[in-house]
Amino acid sequence: MDDIEAWPGTMTDTNTAPHSRRIPWDALAVAPFIVFAVMFLFLPTLSLIGAAFTDRQGHFTFDNIVGLGAGQIVSAYWISIRISGASALLGALIGLAITLAIIRGRLPAPLRSAVMTFSGVASNFAGVPLAFAFIATLGRLGLVTIILRTVFGFDLYRSGFNLLSFWGLTLTYLYFQIPLMILIIAPAVDGLKKEWSEAAQMLGASPWQFWRYIGLPILWPSFLGTLSLLFANAFGAIATAWALTGSNLNIVTVLLYNQIRGDALQNPGLGAALALGMILITSLANIIYLVVANRAERWMK
Amino acid sequence: MNNNRLWAWLIFALGAAYFIVPLLATFEFSLRMRRGEYSFDAYASVFADPRFAASFGYSVLIGLCTIVVGVLVVVPAVYFVRLRMPWLKPFMEFITLLPLVIPALVLVYGYIRLYNSSSLIPLTGSALGTDILLTGAYVTLALPYMYRAVDNGMRTIDIGTLTEAAQIMGASQWQIIVQIILPNILVAILSGAFLTFAIVIGEFTIASLLNRPAFGPYLVGIGTNRAYEPAALAIISFIITWGAMGMINLLGRFAPRTSPRTD
Amino acid sequence: MASEFLRVQNLTKTFGTTTVVKGVSFAFGKGEFISLLGPSGCGKTTILRMIAGFENPSAGSIVVDGQDITSLKPNQRQLGMVFQAYALFPNLTVGDNIGFGLKIAGLPAEQRRVRIADMLKLIGLSGYEKRYPYELSGGQQQRVALARAIAPSPRMLLLDEPLSALDAKIRVSLREEIRAIQLDLGITTVFVTHDQEEALSISDRIVVMNAGSIEQLGAPHEIYNKPASRFVASFVGQLNNIDAIVTDAAAKTVTIDGQAARVPALPADAKGPVTLTLRPEVLAVGARDGNDITLAGTIADVTFLGSVIRLRVSLGRNMVSLDTFNDQRTVPPARGEPITISLAGKDLLVLQG
Repeated sequence: MDDIEAWPGTMTDTNTAPHSRRIPWDALAVAPFIVFAVMFLFLPTLSLIGAAFTDRQGHFTFDNIVGLGAGQIVSAYWISIRISGASALLGALIGLAITLAIIRGRLPAPLRSAVMTFSGVASNFAGVPLAFAFIATLGRLGLVTIILRTVFGFDLYRSGFNLLSFWGLTLTYLYFQIPLMILIIAPAVDGLKKEWSEAAQMLGASPWQFWRYIGLPILWPSFLGTLSLLFANAFGAIATAWALTGSNLNIVTVLLYNQIRGDALQNPGLGAALALGMILITSLANIIYLVVANRAERWMK
Repeated sequence: MNNNRLWAWLIFALGAAYFIVPLLATFEFSLRMRRGEYSFDAYASVFADPRFAASFGYSVLIGLCTIVVGVLVVVPAVYFVRLRMPWLKPFMEFITLLPLVIPALVLVYGYIRLYNSSSLIPLTGSALGTDILLTGAYVTLALPYMYRAVDNGMRTIDIGTLTEAAQIMGASQWQIIVQIILPNILVAILSGAFLTFAIVIGEFTIASLLNRPAFGPYLVGIGTNRAYEPAALAIISFIITWGAMGMINLLGRFAPRTSPRTD
Repeated sequence: MASEFLRVQNLTKTFGTTTVVKGVSFAFGKGEFISLLGPSGCGKTTILRMIAGFENPSAGSIVVDGQDITSLKPNQRQLGMVFQAYALFPNLTVGDNIGFGLKIAGLPAEQRRVRIADMLKLIGLSGYEKRYPYELSGGQQQRVALARAIAPSPRMLLLDEPLSALDAKIRVSLREEIRAIQLDLGITTVFVTHDQEEALSISDRIVVMNAGSIEQLGAPHEIYNKPASRFVASFVGQLNNIDAIVTDAAAKTVTIDGQAARVPALPADAKGPVTLTLRPEVLAVGARDGNDITLAGTIADVTFLGSVIRLRVSLGRNMVSLDTFNDQRTVPPARGEPITISLAGKDLLVLQG
């Protein structure tokens, strides 16, 4: 301890050192992140917004936005919204039911950790392989289709089902939507204290009344938040749909994909407007969530 | 109360059926290549295809680059924002949520417009440039997950106190990061890394639009041309995803924990 | 004691292979404040949870006001409960929390409002009706929890360590408040605590529990002054243990580190080493009227506690604690000083085995 001057960072050390010679660690450390966000998030988005309001000659125009009103584009948006909405809502409800079953239903603890691990895998098992799996399951030669026909005498496809349809795609999307819901909502369900349900019971409430007045209202903001996330997740998805149906299904991501590949709309401005519309719809889903959650969360810090 | 548990078991059983049947069906389908008997011919066919090895290898390489770049971008930023610039935190959270709101397809459209061969930064003009662009796109895609993993890691070890303790003992800023912070959040970083890997390895949209020979576009090609190989590839992909998630789980057991502050 | 209101008969609870409550029986009258006191794991909380209905007894019965409630569901028992961690519903305002039980009972909104206002007045939080729980301090939250529990006029109030999450000062004031409200309403109350001071200060009667069984049941002064077992003596209050050697059992004399003393409580068949116990407050510095034993020793430690100074006195092998009042006109004794202490032989209890 005789050589205290050798200790860096002592009071004298920092006070005598000229301020300018200190490396501005803070700024240097955050700079890559900012640069990255600008290059890969802000600029591309701004460029698309700009393009959406620009005509071929480079002049400002609303024509591209107006062009979104064309029948094919509107119906593409509409199918996308319906599939995303249905798969998000069903995924959220089923995911919540499963989460409640494993956490509140007092199923064995190993089962719970198995479900969580599997959810981690399944929520990432999206895209092309998922489409392959569902073709092998519910396609015309899929195992379930064949078993239903040969063992139960039920012809799935003659009854009107088609994997390449609205319900087929929704059913497929649920394979990653439900696990995602489970992963995100589980901490919120864990946060429901046992004492709350006990206190409600002591005050005469039935289990149903507990969920009606306490449990579900507390989960509601998390539920809504996850719902909007699931919606955006399905709305922007393309790989599964592409691998299932090729370019046959008229959803907005397939339309945009074709536009990027080969200017299928024959108007780059219209393509940008299409992309802008997608951002607006997913943002709207988030804004609805924020507004509703903000009202529902008055009781939170 | 027993009624309750019955319901719980019923819901669990239905859910388990929905998730397990497609896996069984896919596996069964993948074994059907040889007429009249089960065989692993489809798997043999997949592994014999040189494009499988090439595209998979390419995607692994891009995945590793994505992880390295992602860590370099995220870790210092999270550390210094937590420590010195907490007012920047809402902004960072907003940025890291954007990739969940803006579809990847839209972003890649923006990249192609912005970084085409006639622009100021002509990344798509060369193969290397496009690889860099692809890596950047994947870092963006994985940003929410990498950020959350690292942020959680730093929260559980209470970096503020650790840093102050190290400073009292005379450690320099560099020593603190390399010798104190990094070893303690290594598990969190690796968790983020494996999650990134699982997301990137089979990614189709961006790779195909940037025309890179990645695993995702290869899968789609096989899907349109072959009957049984896609099922085998689905099983292989599932096993890879499971492996990545299994590693995260395994790592979680080694995560350092300090008692959380009760403030 | 008033007529019997709560009777717990042969209550037993087994989890797997371990029995945490072993055939406990007690009975109390209407309006009594009863404490279940014991260290953690003694079964006191399990008993409370069985009374509440959250645990099913493995054997035995619980009767409240003549009704066997053993197999009733918690929401049919008409009891009120306050939890350790407040357990206020975070999504409801203070008013809605207090009114929750009334709403479930189907009370019209107008009557609910009146009752809520009465309750808020009772706990001294009038005007807090529209606040949310997170906006309140711990002590305020626990008062709201108390109001919520008593608002539907339950037959009995169950308190599960309601004070242990609070700061020391608030703990004392809230416990006085709880006792005042309980006396005011005349509501039979079962209070679970591991804090002996809390139990002594607040209860009509105390059930001291250890390892799933009742060690002693009695009024606070009985528990403290006449502990029925070595466990009760050591768990409730401070206690000095003194090792002594019997010199003449018939004459009831012993030696304590070589100093003679007469112990009236010494059994006639005692011989060899015995352990004597006594409370710190029966020891006096110097002589005192009625004290027939004086012992010489050395001050080993001095702890200044404000109004009281606690001395540790070495008598040789034995070490005893005693408290003296802080006299502001004199300097406190110092470590190492010789000291003479005195006590009355009749205050010494003899523990064998």
